[in-house]
Amino acid sequence: MKFLLRRVGFYLVAAWASLTLAFFVPRLMPGDPAHALYARFHGKLGPEAIESLSKALGLSHDPLWKQYFGYLGHVLRGDLGVSVSYFPAPVIDVIGVALGWTVLLTGFAVILSFIVGTLLGVYASWKRNGALDRIAPPLLTFLSAFPYFWLAMVALFVGGLTLHLFPLRHAYADYIAPSFSGEFLWSVAGHAFLPAATVVIATLGGWMLGMRSTMVAVMGEDYITLAHAKGLTPNRVMFRYAARNALLPNVTSFGMALGFVLSGSLLTEIIFSYPGQGYLLFQAVRSLDYPLLQGLFLTITFAVLGANFLVDVVYVWLDPRAR
Amino acid sequence: MRGLLADRRARIGFLLLGVSLAIAFIGSLFVHDPSDLVAKPLMPPSAAHWLGTTGQGQDVLAQTIAGARASLTVGFLVGFLVVAIGAVIGTIAGYFGGWVDDVLSLIVNVFLVMPGLPLMVVIAAYLPPGPGTIGFVLVLTGWAWTARVIRSQALALRERDFVHAAVVSGESHWRIILWEILPNMSSLLASSFIGAAIYAIGAEVGLEFLGLGDVSQVTWGTNLFWSANDSALVTGSWWTFVPTGLAIAAVGFALALLSNALDELGNPRLRGEDDFIKRLRGYGLRAGGATPVLRRTPGGAVESTVATSTARAEAPNGVARVPGEPGKKGETRVQP
Repeated sequence: MKFLLRRVGFYLVAAWASLTLAFFVPRLMPGDPAHALYARFHGKLGPEAIESLSKALGLSHDPLWKQYFGYLGHVLRGDLGVSVSYFPAPVIDVIGVALGWTVLLTGFAVILSFIVGTLLGVYASWKRNGALDRIAPPLLTFLSAFPYFWLAMVALFVGGLTLHLFPLRHAYADYIAPSFSGEFLWSVAGHAFLPAATVVIATLGGWMLGMRSTMVAVMGEDYITLAHAKGLTPNRVMFRYAARNALLPNVTSFGMALGFVLSGSLLTEIIFSYPGQGYLLFQAVRSLDYPLLQGLFLTITFAVLGANFLVDVVYVWLDPRAR
Repeated sequence: MRGLLADRRARIGFLLLGVSLAIAFIGSLFVHDPSDLVAKPLMPPSAAHWLGTTGQGQDVLAQTIAGARASLTVGFLVGFLVVAIGAVIGTIAGYFGGWVDDVLSLIVNVFLVMPGLPLMVVIAAYLPPGPGTIGFVLVLTGWAWTARVIRSQALALRERDFVHAAVVSGESHWRIILWEILPNMSSLLASSFIGAAIYAIGAEVGLEFLGLGDVSQVTWGTNLFWSANDSALVTGSWWTFVPTGLAIAAVGFALALLSNALDELGNPRLRGEDDFIKRLRGYGLRAGGATPVLRRTPGGAVESTVATSTARAEAPNGVARVPGEPGKKGETRVQP
């Protein structure tokens, strides 16, 4: 319990730090969203429009500390300002829908990759120098050297354009209305398959090699020899004795890798025009939509912090020493 | 170094990296200007243009090679800076401990838990586009990982006898850090540099693909940006993005091979295992579930044996139980 409370404290500090960063970065750097938006209208607005745009975007001439506390208050109430490219929709509404798709796609891909990669690592180290152990590590290392989004381009090209096996873009077919019908869910699964597969392929190697090397260390321990000597079945020794203990470092790095994997899957979304956070990020960059950029940064960061907390809970459950 | 060259994977890695670097830095002198419009747009590979042309009618081969020079330069420079900053902060935190460690570790962990790409995008979007901006955000988001790995190593070295001896003999803190601790981490520093370079090249390509780089420059990232922009996928022009991706993967794979070989060099337990398995094979046996342990024979040669409790108890000159760090290799850096 004390461990979890300490972690909660840490995540609060991290959340505060990212909030503060998101506030100060735009103000320290050259460029001003109001002027950027003004420029996008190519002189169709009068100069007085800058002032009203600044108001609409929540920029003001107040002293910095006053702006800062005003900003914190707004964010805590869920008010992230108004999007420029979807003007006048509030950022929180624009992000809300997209967040669901990203959590679905990335969450599914990351968890699947973690489970499969860890299992492969367990088997590879158990049959050390067996067929799996000789072929899989170099192959997966090679695959993880590709940028995710490049793999996504190839997957789209082969699976979508050449073989016509999978749809090319979006999260579900345009002619189906979202509902919990079988047809809709099937369409969602079909659309998610290629993007998720590219993330899984690119990340599998990391989990497998990580698990393999901790398994190698754990299997040298005396209690494994004892478990064998007691005559326990190999399966029981493999999973209940070796894998359970070797899993801990992998779980810890799971939380940390989440940010990296998410970054990669954001780029994958762009290739597949998948309507998630990554696709929004791309649009925000293209149209200099600063409020949306900031909102995306904050929601993605908070999502990662939340996921890390879940990982901590799992860790406590796995490791009695943390209790 | 000699130990590294004895490893087959390391030799392949060196070869692949050397070829890539040679093509990038020497080959780019021989290709014509990559921005020249040389033929009709989106022409498939032909005798005149081996890798075809881009959506603007530029030569893909020239662009890939020129892109290699730009991207590898940024990648290795960022890798160097990341390791330099990470090493300074990591050793200070690990060596001094106490509140210094608490504060630095907190900062490091906050940076680690923040997702890299959105942070990079937010910062890069406000700065003028170009290699300087990309380098800056990559260093800012990348140093924490190295700092964390190096801190834990410094923490372990801090408790070794030779460091205690140096403290007792009155050496200054800075001298101990520079002459006692850092030299003992050289293999870790090298593999951190490789890891940071892999990360930097991948993240750079990602950022530029988003359009945050200077799109008028020729780099691997902008090549892919233009490829996507000129709808290469829809028109089926695979040659505009496949060469760049393969080049990135070749460099990434070479670096990963080197990094794995370096890890084994620093963690002899893994190395001993290979030895042991090879030796067993020589007798027509297959390795079982035991983990080998290294024993140093009087001649200095390293010989591997099986670690069983009896072997450990009976070995008179002490089986060199290598302090394996199970956590270290488990932390895999995933590139965006």
